[in-house]
Amino acid sequence: MSSSSKYYLNYLDELESEAIYVLREVWAQFQNPVILFSGGKDSIVVTHLAKKAFHPSKIPFALMHVDTGHNFPETIKFRDDIIKELGVNLIVGSVQESIDEGRVAEEKGKNATRNALQITTLLDAIEANKIDCAIGGGRRDEEKARAKERFFSHRDDFGQWDPKNQRPELWNIFNGKYFEGEHFRAFPISNWTEMDVWNYIKRENIAIPSLYFAHEREVVWRQDAWIPNSEFLVLEDHEEIVTKKIRFRTLGDITITGGIESDADTLEKIADEVSGMRQTERGNRSDDKRSESAMEDRKRQGYF
Amino acid sequence: MLDNNQLLRFTTAGSVDDGKSTLIGRLLYDSKSIFEDQLQSIETTSKKKGHEGVDLALFTDGLRDEREQGITIDVAYRYFTTPKRKFIIADTPGHIQYTRNMVTGASTANVATILVDARHGVIEQTKRHAFIASLLNIPHVIVCVNKMDLVDFSEEVFNDIVSQFEEISSKMLIKDVRFIPMSALLGDNVVNKSENMSWYQGAPMLNMLETMHISSDVNKIDARFPVQTVLRPQNESYRDYRGYAGRIASGVFRVGDEVTVMPSGFTSVIKSINLNDQDLEEAFAPMSVAMTLEDDIDISRGDMIVRSNNKPEATQDLEVMLCWLNNSPAKPRAKYTIKHTSNDQKAMIKEVIYKIDINTLGRNEDDKDLKMNDISKVKIRTTKPLMIDDYRENRTTGSLILVDDDTNETVAAGMIV
Ligand SMILES: Nc1nc2c(ncn2[C@@H]2O[C@H](COP(=O)(O)OP(=O)(O)O)[C@@H](O)[C@H]2O)c(=O)[nH]1
Repeated sequence: MSSSSKYYLNYLDELESEAIYVLREVWAQFQNPVILFSGGKDSIVVTHLAKKAFHPSKIPFALMHVDTGHNFPETIKFRDDIIKELGVNLIVGSVQESIDEGRVAEEKGKNATRNALQITTLLDAIEANKIDCAIGGGRRDEEKARAKERFFSHRDDFGQWDPKNQRPELWNIFNGKYFEGEHFRAFPISNWTEMDVWNYIKRENIAIPSLYFAHEREVVWRQDAWIPNSEFLVLEDHEEIVTKKIRFRTLGDITITGGIESDADTLEKIADEVSGMRQTERGNRSDDKRSESAMEDRKRQGYF
Repeated sequence: MLDNNQLLRFTTAGSVDDGKSTLIGRLLYDSKSIFEDQLQSIETTSKKKGHEGVDLALFTDGLRDEREQGITIDVAYRYFTTPKRKFIIADTPGHIQYTRNMVTGASTANVATILVDARHGVIEQTKRHAFIASLLNIPHVIVCVNKMDLVDFSEEVFNDIVSQFEEISSKMLIKDVRFIPMSALLGDNVVNKSENMSWYQGAPMLNMLETMHISSDVNKIDARFPVQTVLRPQNESYRDYRGYAGRIASGVFRVGDEVTVMPSGFTSVIKSINLNDQDLEEAFAPMSVAMTLEDDIDISRGDMIVRSNNKPEATQDLEVMLCWLNNSPAKPRAKYTIKHTSNDQKAMIKEVIYKIDINTLGRNEDDKDLKMNDISKVKIRTTKPLMIDDYRENRTTGSLILVDDDTNETVAAGMIV
């Protein structure tokens, strides 16, 4: 028997163990939880953790995608592949449908995004599918409004978050009790940083969409980032489409997700690149640049 | 980062203006954990507010209300990483009315950092912070004597504060206390060693946090495995698989160990320990695993698997140090849901034995109301037994929360004594 000093976890194992614990609590405390699956790396990691948490059973949650209609085609393919591989259900909430039904109105102008519109679609889908807990890949290091988020985050019957009146969360005891009409968001990877996520993806060799790796793409320089060309892009007079070798640090709407110039085409290189980065990942997203409290305002209303 | 790097969680406590925000900002800034866009946004705000230079304190300001009021009102979490460790800071406000937030932040911490303004020395607030660190059984305490630049970096002032603190902490159960003289504003002894205080032989704060021994912070003696859920796959190759899923609360389990399932008392032997598709020979706290047993026993969420030669107490009567967290006071003899590990039961507060006067730390046996931020010793009775250990021995099986069934809010946090 060796000394007791071998009985400790490294930081990635500890984060993994914590996240698995949270996912199992969600399963035990809620009737109908789903994983909010965007096709981005964070929701992919959450899905991977759910696989581990319930092995050898399959993941006991459906995956829910809030589809803005402004997708990267790669993301949708990735989503459909993973659904097939895991044998779980997919629930799609469609922003286009919300627009067609007159539930929300499309923003106008060149920087129009469907980002805020997702809130209504998300809340409608949660209600329509009687979902009582939506598991997200939100991390506290992403943005200052997220820094106070709980693992189990209560939403009132309007789907709203009240940051000043959150339930205290002590030790690892989570209170998921709710009244009819209310729901919860759960964030198993709250304590992970962007770097942790990449190190974990690398360690576990998790498949992620090709968009994260450096590739040649048609882009336009807008708001300090390379915005990809797509059928939704409306060019301004002075703007010009060029081809660049880029990759994306986060994936959102194709209309607002800016890429960075990069040669990183392996997980190894991405992790190295991220560790040397001097900008936060959301720095490339125009939705967060609108004001100091853009994220907080959206989150209060029910955003992810 | 290296594969064997550990995760360290710490809290920060201090009175308003002791320099807590500046200290965290300094720690992040000097360890190069602040991104350029964050720094830019702080610079812009600093200018708007008319500060000269960058106000590092702004980095830790979270939500809009706080930004507007200029105070921290809740627990905010910060992250940074050095080549040696990953750190999580639970940043909590220090005013008296926010005991509840301090308790929350302290509940998972390895280390409590307590700020003292060198000009003021140990004050009532410091006492309170030390008490909460001791109550929550935080394994390590670092007393940061800040603003040393305002007392001419005087060794004498520092030594004086050390003895003041030792006098109060000697009456509490604090295992490991260390002291650092620093200037968060100038960066002395935060990340970099101070050139102004060559008399200080110890390490700067970051180095201390990077090297302090935390592997023994988790109880590795008493093997406790609260069952979260049972895995019964509907799949051919695992037809007879019945895995008990959970996170090991304390201790070490090995395949072949003789175990008892509580509260039923049935015994069996561990057949396998699984993490995903791996079979492990042994597993320890805080690992999340699934276990299978040699015998077919009825086990469900809320049960606890323990080693047969070392069992927790199974009881319906608890003595608890209770911190009230809610705006509405406790209702006499009201029923609450008690949550303890994976076990939910109904409970009643039968008796308030005494309340702690948070200013004098004396006991008050006359005032029996439980109001927001009160810390009291109480007797609780539950409808079914809980499997408990003393909080001092075991932060997981010794802790609990109370939930008000009328509001579903978490109203109290308890430490079993
Ligand atoms: N001279 C000096 N001032 C400091 C030091 N640390 C913080 N301050 C100042 O003390 C004031 C309060 O600091 P802040 O970090 O906001 O305190 P908090 O309320 O504890 O978060 C600010 O004006 C800081 O610039 C220090 O080490 N020396």
